[in-house]
Amino acid sequence: MDAEKAITKVQELVYEIKVNQVMVTDVITVSPHNLMSELRVLLHDKRISGVPVVEGTTLVGLVSIEDFVKCLSEGKMNNLVRDRMSRDVITLYDDEPLVRAVQEFDRRGYGRFPVISRENGALVGVITKGDIIRGLLKRIEIDYHEEEIHRYRASYFFEDIIADKTTLIFQYKVTGKDFSRAGRTSSGLKKTLRRMGIPPKIIRRIAIATYEAEMNIVVFTDGGEITAQVTPREIRVEAVDSGPGIPDIKKAMEPGFSTAPDWVRDLGFGAGMGLTNIRKCADTMHLESTVGKGTRLEIAVQLNGAVKHDSGDHH
Amino acid sequence: MTLATIIENLGLEVKSASGDLTHEITGAYVSDLLSDVMANSKEGQLWVTLQVHPNIVAVATLKDLAGIILVNGREAEKETIERAEEEKIPLMTTRLATFQLAGKLYGLLGEC
Ligand SMILES: Nc1ncnc2c1ncn2[C@@H]1O[C@H](COP(=O)(O)OP(=O)(O)OP(=O)(O)O)[C@@H](O)[C@H]1O
Ligand SMILES: [Mg+2]
Repeated sequence: MDAEKAITKVQELVYEIKVNQVMVTDVITVSPHNLMSELRVLLHDKRISGVPVVEGTTLVGLVSIEDFVKCLSEGKMNNLVRDRMSRDVITLYDDEPLVRAVQEFDRRGYGRFPVISRENGALVGVITKGDIIRGLLKRIEIDYHEEEIHRYRASYFFEDIIADKTTLIFQYKVTGKDFSRAGRTSSGLKKTLRRMGIPPKIIRRIAIATYEAEMNIVVFTDGGEITAQVTPREIRVEAVDSGPGIPDIKKAMEPGFSTAPDWVRDLGFGAGMGLTNIRKCADTMHLESTVGKGTRLEIAVQLNGAVKHDSGDHH
Repeated sequence: MTLATIIENLGLEVKSASGDLTHEITGAYVSDLLSDVMANSKEGQLWVTLQVHPNIVAVATLKDLAGIILVNGREAEKETIERAEEEKIPLMTTRLATFQLAGKLYGLLGEC
């Protein structure tokens, strides 16, 4: 995972992960009726910077190393915790996203926050900056692993296949005039390519081009077929129909040209941008049509290097 | 800003919430022309439209959009809601017209 991707991932995760997923739950607490001298082991020797003070299950205060040191210097170690603790404690709820904790750490500069249950107000844990970082790292590692597994699957398809030439073929039937099913082919192909671990940028280009080809078959014909061929080097999509054909391909390719009827335009189609979108997304594009017989569109997107050559060879 | 915050701020009615409402919204795109949305919307954006047929869910899915807001008190077709549930695309409606909704959204998100 590169640095930029890792950072956006972390930004996502601080919204996704909840405080209770990273907080420490076996919390050391003291009673308000303890003596300050009893805190020595905890605060001084164990170097914990602050301990929640709990009566029953309810958080009543927080006693910090500063409170302890102050007490020590005043020689009042027989004071009760109750009398030296701070009572207005900033707390977090267990079901809040981590980003809230991050904000509080930033704003207050404290080392730790007690976490209380939103349901009953009981103390359920403590969270430190370290807990947050550990939690994030663990999740990134898991996600990273999943990504690796994914990559492996893609390479499995091609590298582990022993053959001089490998081509995977996916075929889809497109029903004409059926707007309720329209988009199924491009969505299905997109999911399939994602499962194979094809890079998202490539998938997006294929998805747009396939969608526009699919919609043209739905809008202008009685049906057709879309075939995707995937090789280690490129993805090729072919859309074939036996519809009315296109009388003037050059004109049809012009942005804004459309023969879509009004009722189709009311649905948001017919901007005359479909073929233009296809040309922009594909490395090569080939469109041929015979009036009265049908139309065949073939596009390709290169996988290696993912370089885009702009000239579509349409005629 | 998360989608959930936007929904709350604008008082949107949620029709499908099987998708992720905690995702950060990076911007919005307003258009009723599907191939325009295919060409110009960006991943992670909210889409504001008055089209209500199921194909809008396909467009949102293909472009990895963060959700769809239907304006002008338009009701989504039953199948549109079903597809949105299936594809985990958040679907919201509002009584506001496109201009008002887009204005308020711009106020929340700024120029992104
Ligand atoms: N498969 C096809 N069969 C017959 N005619 C087609 C076919 N595909 C495209 N056309 C013709 O080419 C024109 C331009 O197609 P294009 O996809 O660019 O725009 P559109 O479909 O009209 O609108 P949009 O795609 O923006 O919704 C269409 O209006 C139609 O006349
Ligand atoms: Mg078209």
